[in-house]
Amino acid sequence: MNFLSLFVGIPVVMMLGLLLAGNLKQIRAVMVAGATALLALAVMLTIMYLGERSAGNTAQMLFRADVLWFAPFNIHYAVGVDGISVVMLLLSAVIVFTGTFASWRMAMQQREYFMWFCLLATGVFGFFISIDLFTMFMFYEIALIPMYLLIGVWGSGRKEYAAMKLTLMLMGGSAFLLVGILGIYFHSAPAGGTYTMNLLEIAQYRIPMEAQRLFFPLTFIGFGVLGALFPFHTWSPDGHASAPTAVSMLHAGVLMKLGGYGCFRVAIYLMPEAAKELSWIFILLTGISVVYGAYSAIVQKDLKYINAYSSVSHCGLVLFAILMLNQTAMTGAVLQMLSHGLMTALFFALIGMIYSRTHTRLITEMGGLMRVIPFLGVGYVIAGLASLGLPGLSGFVAEMTVFVGAFEQADTFHRVMTILAATSIVITAVYILRVIGKLLYGSVVNPAHQQLKDATWDERLAVIGLMLAVAAVGLAPLWISDMISDSMVTVVEQLAK
Amino acid sequence: MDFGNLLYLKEEISLILVMVLLLLFDLFCTGKIRRYFQLTACVLMAVHTLIHLDPMPDGQAFGGMYINSPILSVVKTILNVGTLIIFMQARNWLSRESTSIKRGEFYVLTLSTLLGMYFMISSGNFLLFFIGLETASVPMAALVAFDKYKHNSAEAGAKYILSAVFASGLMLYGISLIYGTTGTLYFEDIPAGIDGCPLQIMAFVFFFAGMGFKISLVPFHLWTADVYEGAPTSVTSYLSVISKGSAVFVLMMILVKVFAPIVEQWQMMLYGLIVLTISIANLFAIRQQNLKRFMAFSSISQAGYLMLGVIAGSAQGMSALVYYVLVYLFSNLGVFGVISIIEQRSGKVRMEDYNGLYRTNPRLSIVMMLSLFSLAGIPPFAGFFSKFFIFMSAAGEGFYLLVLLALVNTILSLYYYLLIVKAMFINSNESPIATFRSDNYTRVSLIACLLGVLALGIFSMIYDRISLLAFGL
Repeated sequence: MNFLSLFVGIPVVMMLGLLLAGNLKQIRAVMVAGATALLALAVMLTIMYLGERSAGNTAQMLFRADVLWFAPFNIHYAVGVDGISVVMLLLSAVIVFTGTFASWRMAMQQREYFMWFCLLATGVFGFFISIDLFTMFMFYEIALIPMYLLIGVWGSGRKEYAAMKLTLMLMGGSAFLLVGILGIYFHSAPAGGTYTMNLLEIAQYRIPMEAQRLFFPLTFIGFGVLGALFPFHTWSPDGHASAPTAVSMLHAGVLMKLGGYGCFRVAIYLMPEAAKELSWIFILLTGISVVYGAYSAIVQKDLKYINAYSSVSHCGLVLFAILMLNQTAMTGAVLQMLSHGLMTALFFALIGMIYSRTHTRLITEMGGLMRVIPFLGVGYVIAGLASLGLPGLSGFVAEMTVFVGAFEQADTFHRVMTILAATSIVITAVYILRVIGKLLYGSVVNPAHQQLKDATWDERLAVIGLMLAVAAVGLAPLWISDMISDSMVTVVEQLAK
Repeated sequence: MDFGNLLYLKEEISLILVMVLLLLFDLFCTGKIRRYFQLTACVLMAVHTLIHLDPMPDGQAFGGMYINSPILSVVKTILNVGTLIIFMQARNWLSRESTSIKRGEFYVLTLSTLLGMYFMISSGNFLLFFIGLETASVPMAALVAFDKYKHNSAEAGAKYILSAVFASGLMLYGISLIYGTTGTLYFEDIPAGIDGCPLQIMAFVFFFAGMGFKISLVPFHLWTADVYEGAPTSVTSYLSVISKGSAVFVLMMILVKVFAPIVEQWQMMLYGLIVLTISIANLFAIRQQNLKRFMAFSSISQAGYLMLGVIAGSAQGMSALVYYVLVYLFSNLGVFGVISIIEQRSGKVRMEDYNGLYRTNPRLSIVMMLSLFSLAGIPPFAGFFSKFFIFMSAAGEGFYLLVLLALVNTILSLYYYLLIVKAMFINSNESPIATFRSDNYTRVSLIACLLGVLALGIFSMIYDRISLLAFGL
């Protein structure tokens, strides 16, 4: 066991702490302590990782640990990180930390709520540190099931319908994924050899082409469902709209990234030949996601639905960039994951805060809020500008890298798809600016809204934390993109074989 | 005859001893000591389980009629553990006035079915196998009809005995055809005589149909829902776990040992049956309102998943299957334990009665939820690992499409398991089941189930141990 396992250990300890906590104060104390510890751990990991790299350590995965778990199947508990997982862990820690403050004033059953929240965090962190397919899949599923209760019990609107739809669709995705993983496992060595679940060991061996053709689509779709791949994205708007604030943040901010991360870490890294051969199908699908998601966002009236469709569009762009199969675009994809994770969490946090004041999420019933709640208003504008890709904020860096990378593919098909996908930037500007204009400026539509109070300290903390992160990625992107790009080399080498 | 061989029957002998002691206790002890009858039963069963925890070595008695080996012993121990938990859960029900007078019979009847299963598992010859099967079936019918003053229970008993006898008849016909074509009933000698001629295939189909009734595979499942609903809840849980688990294991053993030469034929047949069993059972489970009927269909679909280990036919398949039975036992008994105690305290078994249960009985709701998650195969609970391994064993033999179909079905099953979770945690209710305290026996049994569900997966040594002992084609 090394210190990476703490990412899984801390949430588990937090759950035990919550079990023992006597009152709301103690529950909050446990959550703050745990979330801070996680954030500190993620920052420390980043520093240590950069230190190791600058000291010339070129191993693909750092801080590795490996414990034999189920000997008959050669299943290991194996952990390790490269630049990409470090970025994802950092993102998750930021969102868990801010999510804790965003759910500070949770009205009922706080203990249960936070316990499920911690279980969700366990799954997410465990997924990003795993380099063994079995543990990866296990943590992936651990992250899915708490969503059902979090939405079903603490959600709003059509929560039962949304919770069931989300859980069943995501579990459906994991059904495909499991067959894909089993297929990879049983082709991970020549017949009669010792099969393995370890990503790095499988990558050494070339999986036979017939098997790749069969299992690449299964794996890609399996992860793609969570990454809101068209036409499997329909769980996302309903789920996000009904989930409580912090759960929307964690789900759109981190959980959907599990899909994108899995797509290149498992599907493309292990089955590069099939990826090259079959990528056109998925480029078409993700292209539809990108454009269709953006157009759908234009016509929505509910703030959460707007943001959910915008997530479909932006996460579609992540998968789209991954499928371009070159270093620049794939680096852009990870940057987009980071950027979208931060800004969408900011969006959902603000929407939750606005909703808790106005008790409506329909933009037609609100207006002129900038005058009454300026802090939340400014936060919303910043999130919006990041989303439409204003230079200086995270969205610009990510989308720029994605489209530059995508343009490196010189054939007509890729060019056309890239141009189509790039139009989504314009559409994004349309729906973001429309919402900002309607919601924040103009006269106050509802007289009752004159009395609204601006953000409390816990809300300010969550919002400021996320705004700083968005600005930091936008202003100093190079160290992050270098870190990602270095680690992307192994995937690209695998593709070039 | 060498009497030393009899020592290979240690487990059977000690079980008979437990039975006889209980019978004597029931006969001769009157007055105040009778209060300790159930305690004695549980303690004796626990002692019996503990002294046979160590697997027996390979050996045979009665000229190969009876065989014992480590994996068989492990299966017997699993059945022992399950029976012990059911004994604890049954206490509440047996203490009622109408049943307390005959509670001794419950234990003796249960143990005699268990003895029958022991012989089935250890048989090396179709004759002993059939005797074991009948010893397991006939007392079972008496148990199903235990609440005989209840119309449902008596009816269920009649249904059970009729279908069991019919199944036995079919199976016996199959066995006689096997004898006719191969000239022997010993498992060891039969494979040499099997050449796949149509008569043998027919014999196999008859034999398999008989087993299908016991395991309640579709299309032989029609008795299951009615019997599960009518029988006392403790008996239902015994039927769904112990009876089914032992039958699946025996089926796999016989398929691998006896019918190995016609492996293509039986794999093809199983393929269809598994798809049918899982899909139909899941579709029917969605519509059920009575929780006992609901669990009946759930257990049919679980039997379908168990068959994935059988169809693989490999050593990996067998160890996955034994492990699956073990995990299924703890998860299912967790669910049944809660259903049983709620039925005793409030008389309610319908799903809508569970609305709002979390507010009044949070602990029971959590046990129920975790057990259901384990049944649905959600990590980090044990059910995830057992499902993963059983899918792995089937995929290892190339049945990818079958695994995919089974996995798609797990989504269906997750849906209906979540319906109960939703009832307990999300739905509101004007008059939920009142808060009550469970008795200590139920508590211990539920804690045992919970520990099993939480620990069996994460601690890998149990699976490792089972996999060392398993054998396959």
